[in-house]
Amino acid sequence: MAVITVERKPLTFLERTYLPQIAGGLKTTFKHLIAPKKTLEYPEQRPAIPVGYRGVPTLVKDPNGREKCVSCQLCEFVCPPKAIRITPGEIPADQADRAHVEKGPQAFDIDMLRCIYCGLCQEVCPEEAIFLQNQFSMSGYTRAEMVNHKDRLYELGGTLPDAHHKWDKKKTAEEHGNAH
Amino acid sequence: MFDFYFEIPLVIRLILQGLAVIMVIFPIAGACSMAERKVAAWIQDRPGPNRATVPWVAWIPFLGKFLQRLGVFHVMADGGKMMFKEDSLPGHVNKFYFVLAPIVAMVPALTTVVAVPFGAYFDAAGKLIPLGLAPLDIGMLAVFAVSSLGVYSAILAGWASNSKYPFLGSVRASAQLISYELSMTLAVLPVFLWVNAPGTEGTMGFARVVEFQSQPGFLGGMWFGFLMPISAFIFLVALFAETNRQPFDTVESESDLVGSFHTEYGAFKWGLFFVAEYSHMIVGSGVFMLLFGGGWNPLPWVSLATAVDFLGTFLPFAHAPLFVGILSIAIFMGKVLAMIFFFMWVRWTLPRFRYDQVMKIGWQKLLPLSIANLLFYAIAIALIQK
Repeated sequence: MAVITVERKPLTFLERTYLPQIAGGLKTTFKHLIAPKKTLEYPEQRPAIPVGYRGVPTLVKDPNGREKCVSCQLCEFVCPPKAIRITPGEIPADQADRAHVEKGPQAFDIDMLRCIYCGLCQEVCPEEAIFLQNQFSMSGYTRAEMVNHKDRLYELGGTLPDAHHKWDKKKTAEEHGNAH
Repeated sequence: MFDFYFEIPLVIRLILQGLAVIMVIFPIAGACSMAERKVAAWIQDRPGPNRATVPWVAWIPFLGKFLQRLGVFHVMADGGKMMFKEDSLPGHVNKFYFVLAPIVAMVPALTTVVAVPFGAYFDAAGKLIPLGLAPLDIGMLAVFAVSSLGVYSAILAGWASNSKYPFLGSVRASAQLISYELSMTLAVLPVFLWVNAPGTEGTMGFARVVEFQSQPGFLGGMWFGFLMPISAFIFLVALFAETNRQPFDTVESESDLVGSFHTEYGAFKWGLFFVAEYSHMIVGSGVFMLLFGGGWNPLPWVSLATAVDFLGTFLPFAHAPLFVGILSIAIFMGKVLAMIFFFMWVRWTLPRFRYDQVMKIGWQKLLPLSIANLLFYAIAIALIQK
């Protein structure tokens, strides 16, 4: 590569007095002084959350309002900081419409003091039951407050649209006699 | 109407006047700290402090919200914090001088106000009477003499802190003050050469300077800032240096000196340094406006008398001394506040000069320039006024 020698010109007299530069600087700052402000005033104004944002992990229900998690514990295993703790349980007998689902979580705790918001739990979930959604602020006064229990997780998660209806399909298939 | 006031003994009257001026300067210094934060924020495209409010004001529909957004109540919050937090006294300092330094800082800062007239009115004979605490004939000399004492507080604070960065800061402060004091003094000499024309009573007072800037005619109504731009420029630069403002705040350069001579200070003692700094700025801006900015004359070539006569055409009370006094004080304060805004504007525009640059500008640039300026005007004035 050719070496280009840049000639460094000596400063002109005006430049050495600093004055034109100072005037230019003052002009620039004055423009900013009267320009509209760019601050987002947080608690009142909320930032727009981009698509694919990884916020607080939550559990979601299917469009019929049923629990999606089958307590396979894959998320618990994959979780790098071991923030997730699941106690597997049977499906309660009174929920007839979920009888074909073998299991559900009895307890599902995510310790938000450990969670690193990596999203591996969402990625690994075969049931699409756990999602990192838009909530970005999580605070509490005690350690116990910072653990999200199952109720809280469902409250935060709500219901997301589901394209597959996996368990419904399985049930129909079973009823019609074919394996899948 | 005000006869009862003049029946009060003179001492009490002077004390009352002094207190009144201090009661104005102190809140302005406090408000300046807020304005500083606001101007900084606006220049950086932020809204600035706008959260603190007090319930009763917040209930006023429009005004309450406006004042809150303006950050007015942050001044009280800041001041209250400074008053009530623990006033710590480090174990390694020289206690007596450590406590003395902030007091010594306040004294010259508030004393210089005495010599500065801040308004004027016309008595029954139509003669201009300047308003001020003490209409001294040595006005400019008094201001120079007393304001230079401010460096003692910096030296005391730095030395008493018994810690190297405050000490370096105070050494810088004194060196910088001495360097720029010279150019500043030389820069104002042409003004007083011009004012003390042969055959007139000699004075170093400010009132005469302003009187000279309010004469009729093109040259008479010209402010000295236009007549002697170099003097005004040197005075302005030296004023920035003397008040330790950006771009000359090497004294407080927090990146290399932590916080200069007030590193070890906190709470109210630190607050006193702060108020002293702003009082210096206010008085310095006032002196600049008196010398080069026409004092209490509203516009160049429009003197206070002309303005009052113009207002008199539709305001019946325009010639009342009280109205003229308030008008002139308002004009003068407006100019001083504009200057203070300029100080802040410059602060958030320019980076700090290196210490060697500060010394080089002071000794090698400004001093020769001010001497040449003095020689030029001395010869010119000798030719014009002979």
